[in-house]
Amino acid sequence: MEADKIIETINLTKTYGHQTAVNSLSLEVREGEVFGFLGPNGAGKTTTLLMLLGLSRPSGGYSRVCGLDPLRMAREVKRLVGYLPENVGFYSDLNAVESLEYVATLNGIERTEASKKIHDLLELIGLSQDGRKKVGAFSRGMKQRLGIAEVLIRDPKVLFLDEPTIGLDPDGALRLIDLIQSLNRDRNITVLVSSHNLYQVQKISHRVGIMIDGKMVAEGSVESLAEEKFGVGDKEYSLEEIYMKYFQEV
Amino acid sequence: MHGLYTVFSKELRDHFSSYRFVILFALIAMVSFITSYMAGVHMKGNLEALAKTRFPFLTLFSTPGAVLSMVQFVAFFGPLIGLVLGFDSINRERADGTLIKLVSQPIYRDAVINGKFLAGVATISIILVSIVLVISGFGLALVGAVPEIEEIWRLFIFLLISIFYISFWLGVAILFSISFKSIATSALASVALWIFLSFFVSLGADVVANTVAPVDKSREAEPATIMKNVRIKEMASLCSPMVLYTDAIATIVDPMRKTTRSFVLMGPMEQVLSSRFQNPLPLGQSLIVVLPYVIALIAITLICFAISYLIFMLQEIRT
Repeated sequence: MEADKIIETINLTKTYGHQTAVNSLSLEVREGEVFGFLGPNGAGKTTTLLMLLGLSRPSGGYSRVCGLDPLRMAREVKRLVGYLPENVGFYSDLNAVESLEYVATLNGIERTEASKKIHDLLELIGLSQDGRKKVGAFSRGMKQRLGIAEVLIRDPKVLFLDEPTIGLDPDGALRLIDLIQSLNRDRNITVLVSSHNLYQVQKISHRVGIMIDGKMVAEGSVESLAEEKFGVGDKEYSLEEIYMKYFQEV
Repeated sequence: MHGLYTVFSKELRDHFSSYRFVILFALIAMVSFITSYMAGVHMKGNLEALAKTRFPFLTLFSTPGAVLSMVQFVAFFGPLIGLVLGFDSINRERADGTLIKLVSQPIYRDAVINGKFLAGVATISIILVSIVLVISGFGLALVGAVPEIEEIWRLFIFLLISIFYISFWLGVAILFSISFKSIATSALASVALWIFLSFFVSLGADVVANTVAPVDKSREAEPATIMKNVRIKEMASLCSPMVLYTDAIATIVDPMRKTTRSFVLMGPMEQVLSSRFQNPLPLGQSLIVVLPYVIALIAITLICFAISYLIFMLQEIRT
């Protein structure tokens, strides 16, 4: 299956003074896939996502998101890409519906259309009952799902999820993972998800990339990475074993 | 444009529903009310006397009642409105993690800072206009003086200059909230700068003037030296936006004043002459006298905002 490249970077680099956060990163994400973006803390994953959104200026290299240059056409890219930052924040004095309304108006969605969308989205994330509750009183899992609803309101083609399951209880994490999977399947949204929870990443990703110290050390499906590292065997390797192998080598 | 308008209306809503706005408004309304009541009572006595005050309506704002006049009050404590409205505008969003969400929306990044600044300016305007209107109504009832057209114009210009003056401090507060990550730091820094520029610069001006052009107290000083000393003192104290503002509105709220200078060297004949022609300056002339100060005030406001704008646009926002 050869699908269109929806995200492409060639030698993307970001340096802060003498420190190199992202070192000639070449990445390719195809349309309609879930791409697991792995790596230890401080490997440069968030910096890469920020550069792809045009929020951070790369020091060098080439990048295209949906065929657009994120640096020159940041607003158009942000219209197509939904970004859920790690530890997303909310205005705690607004309720869920008001929060979504604010994001909808920022996206230029009309009031009547927005209220219909908000209703549907609250249903999708399972917060229909809590729409009039203040976000300040939400649990972490609810906030995370509301964060997803906020990025879905603009009907994105691509989702960037930065550590979406961090700090969630097992049940909350599972529901979020299911939600991500269903978005990818039913709405054909390409998802770029960075996470430390390798089991969950393995479960939903079509392909994964492992980034260590600003460099992409491996990219491909879990099976192909296992084959590369361990050779073909009858044992099925978990992503965790593969990841640790790469990590120890670097 | 929808981004700017959305941020603007949300910020305005936040300002009006916040406790700090209510407290600030109550405090300022109360004090202005008391000062103009004092002025009104004082003036009522004058109006019954033989020599009637000219421009009784303006006097309501410019005559010190017990301690301060309404105009002096705005000069002293108006900056606090700007500081309180702006000191946490950006870094609170940063701390709450909402800033990254805001800038990852499909809006231009400057919509965020423009919207916040304009919402602050709108809030300041509403506070000032409503207070001036309340005092006016109060004055009508208390003194029984109906404002002339010229007085209304003068009040309007006074309002405009005051809005710029307080917006300058709003700009300072926003600048600090961009530069400092911690809310407490930006609050303290902006208050410190306010106290320094408003209250200590005039002390410093004295020192500078006496160093550059010392006036010998023991002997009869040369008029030229005294002049030089005063000039330098005036120049140095213009570093303070408060002095700048006081000068900018000097002839606007008091048509009898001919100059912003507090000290004019005149011979005895000139004094006699000038006292015989105690007529007010027409509005156009009053405006020309203070125009340099008004322009300087507008300039520092715009420069301050431009600096915050630049820093915000070039800053990398990660949280």
